[in-house]
Amino acid sequence: MLAVATLPDAITFAIAAVIAVVGALGVVLSRNPVHAALMLVMTLFGVAVLFVEENAQFLAAVQVIVYTGAIVVLFLFVIMLIGVDRQERVFADGFNARRALTFFLGLAVLAEVLLLAHERWVTGAHSVTGKLHGAAANVSDLGHAIFTTYLLPFEVTSALLVVAVIGAVVLARRHTAGDEPTERPVLAAGEPGSGAGEDANSPALEGAPGGSGVDR
Amino acid sequence: MMARTLLAASTLSLPHVNYTAIMPELIALGGSLLLLAVAAVTPRRLPTTVYAAMTSGIGIASLVASLVLYHDVRQGGAFVAIAHSIDVDGFSVLVMTLASCVLILTPMLAAGFFEREGLGGCEYYALACISVGGAMLMGAANDLVLIFLALEVLSIPLYVMAGLDYRREGSGEAALKYFLLGAFSSAIFVYGIALVYGATGSTNLGEIAAFLAHNVLVANGVLYGGMALLIVGFGFKVAAVPFHMWTPDVYQGSPTPAVGFMASIAKVGGFAAFLRVFISTLPTLSQTWKPVLWVIVIITVLLGAIAALVQRDVKRMLAYSSINHAGFILLGLQAATAKGATGSLYYLFAYSLLILGSFGVIAVVGGRGDTGHSIERYRGLARRSPLLAGAFALLLLAQAGAPFTTGFFAKLYVVEAAVAAHSYALAAVAMVSAAIAAFFYLRVVFVMFADTRLAEAPAGDAALVQAAGAPAVSAVGASGSGVFEPAVAGGGGVLLAEAPVRLEEETATPEASATGEEIRDGAVSAWTWSGLILTVGATVVFGIWPQPLVDFAQHAHLLF
Repeated sequence: MLAVATLPDAITFAIAAVIAVVGALGVVLSRNPVHAALMLVMTLFGVAVLFVEENAQFLAAVQVIVYTGAIVVLFLFVIMLIGVDRQERVFADGFNARRALTFFLGLAVLAEVLLLAHERWVTGAHSVTGKLHGAAANVSDLGHAIFTTYLLPFEVTSALLVVAVIGAVVLARRHTAGDEPTERPVLAAGEPGSGAGEDANSPALEGAPGGSGVDR
Repeated sequence: MMARTLLAASTLSLPHVNYTAIMPELIALGGSLLLLAVAAVTPRRLPTTVYAAMTSGIGIASLVASLVLYHDVRQGGAFVAIAHSIDVDGFSVLVMTLASCVLILTPMLAAGFFEREGLGGCEYYALACISVGGAMLMGAANDLVLIFLALEVLSIPLYVMAGLDYRREGSGEAALKYFLLGAFSSAIFVYGIALVYGATGSTNLGEIAAFLAHNVLVANGVLYGGMALLIVGFGFKVAAVPFHMWTPDVYQGSPTPAVGFMASIAKVGGFAAFLRVFISTLPTLSQTWKPVLWVIVIITVLLGAIAALVQRDVKRMLAYSSINHAGFILLGLQAATAKGATGSLYYLFAYSLLILGSFGVIAVVGGRGDTGHSIERYRGLARRSPLLAGAFALLLLAQAGAPFTTGFFAKLYVVEAAVAAHSYALAAVAMVSAAIAAFFYLRVVFVMFADTRLAEAPAGDAALVQAAGAPAVSAVGASGSGVFEPAVAGGGGVLLAEAPVRLEEETATPEASATGEEIRDGAVSAWTWSGLILTVGATVVFGIWPQPLVDFAQHAHLLF
């Protein structure tokens, strides 16, 4: 596992590993959610360094760009919007049954992974990606794949981006009072039109008594 | 493999892009951009009918492109294009044609609704174009990665459409529910792709099929796991039971024209990829997946039919009925034969048009605010607007599988395929479920037509009836929904419960006037009429003279 060839490699690995583990502990243990998010950035950077050391430059770049650049920033946005002051006391209510179940499920997954790593219980095609050819080879391999084999799928992702833009605009648009052409019909409780449900979880509760009503 | 030098990187040979092969998709996806561009450059908001007309035009253009492609395939045979990521065969061309038809009809049946509700704008139409493009790609995709991307291109517009009606809470709830469960199922689907890739060394459907044909896997846990996860992913999209939970709530909450669209296009795209992956790529494993689908078909057809019996909300009822239809289409897939695939495709064709038309009528009857979907609202509809009621009755009878409609042949072909594959029990259960389903379709028809005499009775008669009915009414409570309690108790009690309900209508204010409007034939927009004429016309014409459509479906061979 630690078949490190040279001393610089070993030192880099040690530093990056410590950064990643300390960051991970920080995410779990820090009380302030902003600190936890920043600790997550630290972990992700540490892991990115480990990827570079394993000659996986593309993964390292994706790790930094996508995870630290986009996802953690998104976390921070959500935290800011909800409010930094609120602190969750994660370990407040002790060790209940649900926690125990989670713990054992985690153990089961770990045991499963160890078992799989140890036992060869599947067969299939051999790796078709070939060996790595030194620095940056896998980045150019990936580039080749995207512009040859996966050209069309790569282009189709652009349609996804268009949908994302339209969807975000449609759903997030604020509706001013003048924009609304019709008055929402107020349904009497239990009127057939309200679709008073056969199912308890039916969504048409807008007419039901106690329903909070739409935002106006 | 080329030498990894800087020189090699500069001599990248791009695959040949055959634009005719993806022309229908390009038209649909480009059409959405055109709509957005027009909406952006026009200074004032255009009436919704302009966008509807443009969308139908885009649909006609992609239909023409699909038929050109059909001609090419008939002449030159099937082929793969763009680095083996696209299959152009009879199957994908048929899916493209069907998706184009859906794109032509959708704006016709939606324009009247959006005009009435004042939910103008081009968003609905642009999203419909993108979704149709995704469905076409799902039918043509020859690569699991492309299938996944097409699935997302198909689904994400549907999530947005579900939440389009910002005035109703139910719409937002439907969108959120659909989105969360859809994202969850997509994750499962991708995991399935990863496992299949791990087991076979490729995501290309042709290469997977070739690998499995030439190799016997000694231990194939990963392959089986991947296949199971793919079934879950597809099962969610096509709303097969146990993965159907979202359907009734989403159908009930979403804006009605959007429901018709999502009911048709999601099934077209989902089943297209489902059929291709399982029948043409994994036929070597059919002894493994057939029993799984056997169980899924049985619970899907039965639960869909039985749960629909007790619904009082028409949208919810059709949601369960579409689950029942999904079971029938799966019946063709379960046969795992070319005949089964043909039957499924024919069923998809018939079903898509029927469900589009049905929700077109429901959008009209639902009235302003899109809330009047109780079955009570349909009482006496034949008297108030005979044409609308007639169209709805025809569409429902076709869904029930009445002779001289496409619905009859659709059911006939899939059951025939199941019998030919020796799945006799399955065929029998499906027929029983069709009989159960006929019951609730006929109930709506009965409600629309049978009460005309009573409603037209002179005032004196009505008073008599009222006097006779008073004890019954007071016994079950004055509120409308109170009367329905016995009906919910069981399917058998439904018709019995009709009697007090009918009396109730005479005593209480009729619902149409309660919401301040009556549905009249004259008030329905010309767009809706043209859409209904096309759907009903296709249903009847191809029901009496099915040969052209059958020929079309029979040429829908899969490439591999």
